[in-house]
This record gives sequence, C-alpha cells and structure tokens, in this order.
Amino acid sequence: MIGSERTRLAVAGARSVTAAELTDKPRGERVRGQIFWLLLLLGIGLALLGLALLLIDAFIDGAERFGIGLFTDPVSGFAEQGGFQTAIIGSLWVIGGVILVSVPLGVGAALYLEEYADKTRWWNRLIELNIQNLAAVPSIVYGILGLAFIARGPLDLGFVAAAASLTLTMLVLPTIIIAAREAIRAVPPSIREGSLALGATQWETTRHQVLPAALPGILTGVILAISRAFGEAAPVLLLGATTFVTQNTSNPFEDSYTVLPVQIFNYFNRAQDEWLALAAAGIVVMLVLVLAMNSIAIWLRNRYEQSW
Amino acid sequence: MEARDILTSSRLASGRSRLEAPSRRYGEKLIQGLLAACAAISVAITTGIVISLIEPSFGFFEHIPIGDFLFGTDWSPVIAPPSFGVLPIVVGTLSVTFWGLLFAIPMGLAAAIYLSEYASPRVRKTLKPTLEVLAGIPTVAFGFFAFSFITPFLQDIWPGFLGDGPNVFNALAAGVAIGLLIVPIIASISEDAMSAVPQGLREGAYALGASKMRVALRVVFPAALSGIVASMVLGVSRAVGETMVVLMAAGNNPQMTFNPAEQIQAMTAYIGSTATGDIATGTIEYDTIFAVGLLLFVLTLGMNMISIRLVRKYRQVYE
Repeated sequence: MIGSERTRLAVAGARSVTAAELTDKPRGERVRGQIFWLLLLLGIGLALLGLALLLIDAFIDGAERFGIGLFTDPVSGFAEQGGFQTAIIGSLWVIGGVILVSVPLGVGAALYLEEYADKTRWWNRLIELNIQNLAAVPSIVYGILGLAFIARGPLDLGFVAAAASLTLTMLVLPTIIIAAREAIRAVPPSIREGSLALGATQWETTRHQVLPAALPGILTGVILAISRAFGEAAPVLLLGATTFVTQNTSNPFEDSYTVLPVQIFNYFNRAQDEWLALAAAGIVVMLVLVLAMNSIAIWLRNRYEQSW
Repeated sequence: MEARDILTSSRLASGRSRLEAPSRRYGEKLIQGLLAACAAISVAITTGIVISLIEPSFGFFEHIPIGDFLFGTDWSPVIAPPSFGVLPIVVGTLSVTFWGLLFAIPMGLAAAIYLSEYASPRVRKTLKPTLEVLAGIPTVAFGFFAFSFITPFLQDIWPGFLGDGPNVFNALAAGVAIGLLIVPIIASISEDAMSAVPQGLREGAYALGASKMRVALRVVFPAALSGIVASMVLGVSRAVGETMVVLMAAGNNPQMTFNPAEQIQAMTAYIGSTATGDIATGTIEYDTIFAVGLLLFVLTLGMNMISIRLVRKYRQVYE
C-alpha cells in the first residue's frame, strides 16, 4: 500500500517531467516558474499585509485614547470617562481560574494518554478521538454548554466569573492536552528505559525524567491556550459578562463581572465615533498582551526545541 | 526429576509476575487512577455538550416540526407571528464562509508552498513564528477591523456596475476578515503536510530535470494533498463557528440572500445576540438557541471527522 502510493506519485512526477522536457521550450518553463514564484510571494505578502493593517488600524483609531486612564477608569456612560479597569480585573479573575483548573487537568490527561494508557483498549481510543473532536467545536457551543450546565442547571453557579472560568477551561483543555502530548511524545524512550532500569517506578520516572524534559513544550501549549482564553469573547457573552460593571470584581463566585474582549464589544456596540475610539484603544491593550504572551510561547518552544 | 521440571515450568509460566514490585504500590495505582480521571473528563465534556444541546432541542421540536425548521425560509423567532425556518441564517453562515475561503485558500496555500519549498531557512525561521503569533489575534479585533476598515474600503472601491455599494454591515467584509483569520491555520497545517513529504520524491523529480515549480505543483502538492484538504476542512469549520466577526460586521438581519453587499445574520451571530439579552428560560425563543447550536455542532463535528480521517491517511503514508 505504502509502496504503491509512492510509486504512483513518482511515476506521475516522472511522466509530467518527461512530457515537459519533450514538448515545452525551456525558456517558457523558466518564465512560468518566475511568475509562479511571484504569485506565491504575493499570496503570503497579502496575508501579512492584511494582518499588519489590522494592527495599524486599531492603533490609529485608538491613538486619541491612549493613556493611563484605560487601566484606571472603570466602565462609564460617558465615552471620555470610560476605561477598562473593571474589565481587566474581571479578565484576571477569569484567567486565574482557567489556569488553576485547566493546567493540572490538561497535563494529567496528557500524561495518562502518553505514559499509562494501553492504546489497544477501546476506551483509550475513544478518549483520543474525543479530544480531537472537542478541539474543533465552535467556541459559542461551549458558551451554550456553560449556560445550560454551569451558570444554570446542575452546577447553578450563576452568572459569575467562576462560571466563565470553568467554561473557558473546557474550551482550552483540548488545546493543552494535544500540545502537552506532543511535548511528552518528543521525550525519547531511552530516557524512560534508563530510569526504569535503575529501579524507579513508573510515576518516579514520569515525575523526575519525562515531565522536566517535556516542560518547555508543555509551557508553550499552556501559554497559547491561556492567551486564547483571554481573547475569547463569544462563550462569555452567554455567561452574563455583558453587564455594566462599575465595581471591581472581588469575589469570583458572587460578584458580577466582565472581561476585556466583551467590554470592547460593548463599547463597539454603542456605535458612535468616540465609543469606537475607546473600543480600538481596548483592542490595542488586548493585542499587546496577547501578542506578548504568544511571542514568549513561540520563543520558548524554539529556544528549548531539542533533538535528542 | 519430574517434580523439578514441573516446578521450573510453572516458574517460567509465572515469570512475568515475578518481575513486579514486592509490594502492591497503592500510590502508583492511585496516581494512574487520577490521571485517567483527568483524561476521562474530556468524555464528560462531550457528553455534557450533547445532553445540554439535545434536551432543550427536544422541547423545541415538540412545538416546531423538524421539517419546518430545517427547510423553512423565514427566520423571525421574536417577531409575532414567529417563524422558525433556519435556512436564512444557514445561508448567511455559508455566504460568509464562502467569501472567507475564497481569500484564505489561495493565500494560505501560497504561504505554505512558499515556506515549505522556496523560502531560505532564515526567512522560514522568521516567517513561520510570525504567522503562528498572528494566529492568536483575538477575534474581536478582526470584527473591529472588518467594520472600521474593510467595509469603508469596499465602499470606496465598489464598482458601479455591481449595483449599490456594501451596507455598513455586510457579508463580504466579515468574510474577508474571517479569511485573514484562517490563513495562518491553513498555511501552517498545509506546510506541515508538505514538509512531511520525503525528500527523495523531490530529488527524484529534480534528477529527471524538473523545474522547481513542477516539483512543487506536480510532486509535493499531490503527495501532501490529504493534509492540505484537512487544513481546508479545519478552516471551514473555524469559519462556520466564528462568532464575533459576524456579530460585529455582518449584521443582524436574517435574509435569504447570497448578495455579499447585503446585511445578513449568521447562525453563531443569532446565538450570540439572542443569548445576551435576558430571555426567560423555558420559552421557545430560549430553546431556539439550543436548536441552532445543535445544528452548528453537528455540522462542525461532521467536518472535523472528515479532517481527522484525511490527516490519518497522510500520516500512514509517510511517517
């Protein structure tokens, strides 16, 4: 099967090349190659240009509102007094909760699947398939789940920061598990075998050999997942984050709350120019934080990426 | 003599268990159990999603026949007399997805082919991480960009023969923004698939005198096809499930139209805009959120299953 697939491709490639050699003029081929190369550059250039324009547009629209007020003023009914303090505090509560729950659960699940699970058992394969599918569920569906199961329904937490934390935890859990598994799988078996041969138990091996070696990779996945949870607005919309919160949230199980992306969306919805400027300034704050987190994550991965 | 043989063979038979630790190691078993529980939570989440979607949907379909829901062409759940034909918001979602892919697929594939086949190691080392960092831009920022930049830009360049210019809210601007959002996804997964194509195939083609373009298009591209298609399927499912961009830039007016200049409403935008208001639990409007959510979940789940299959196929061939 494998051999025949390769052969088929090789034959197809060889046939097309030979046909070209016999029929095409070599100069036409070269010109076409140049045009193709230019098209590729154009494609990647346009994509990068679009993304750069996004950053520049938010920066220009929000420039008039840059200042310490963005961080120290709570939400307000007047655009010139409005800021993001309550939203930033709310985001910190929500994200703190996400980290607290999702990291141990995600890394634990990854360790189980890589180090302990017997892959021939159907339940382990079911769990694997499940995680892959969960990673592609739209975020708003997690919002519905949070609404029906966490804010109302069985857990009945109400519309509080803790409900948002749990919902976003479910959203980022598959990302953390998949990234942590990749990192754990990259640790060569000889490390484990050496440790086991010296008499360490499976957990001692996992705890003292595998986990430290996989740590940079796991950390990368965790930071990327957390930055996603931080910027995610859709599921939180369904969990009461749209309220007008003038007091800083101090109890994640009781107080009303809002988060930065939802506050940006609320200011955006007021539609007049001064509100749009405030929303743009908020977007710049959020982009700086998110892009910084992502850059650290990617840098970590490239810095500690090792081939054994 | 015989007794000794029997003893030896019984020892051999139980040979595996003799290698185990002398004590039962309850701690180890406990840890394994805890870790397994962590993994099992994923199954619990899926079950939770399915139950939370299906239960209220049953309530909904008791009042509205499923045929009227799936094939009705009038979506006005809160205006009396209410009508629950889901097609207009499905069309809205499809229209935005179509425009998004129209931009994302060529750009994403160009980026992938360039990074995998043409870029020097140095360029690759800066461009790939840049794309990965940009992939994390929150979607609220894309929504704002679509509204404040893409729409005015489209209104400026709109050629007269196409009729009236785009509305303040329109499907095209949201589509372009979603396209930008999924370019990094398509580029990075396709690039992984192309990089996994064995070097020998390229060398073989070069040895026969093939040009670089021919190697990229006729050898590497077909060899990585299942991975490339998988990246597109993932892109589609991301576009279908995207909420903030359509909520902020495509509008909230469910219309049965494929005209990209018109205001529409997408499925996710309906859920996002309806569930924020204080609608009472147990009403039909409340249940519509779950029915639409169920439809969305089934659509994306189906697409993801296809993508998993395709990825598995290319892994089997080359790893």
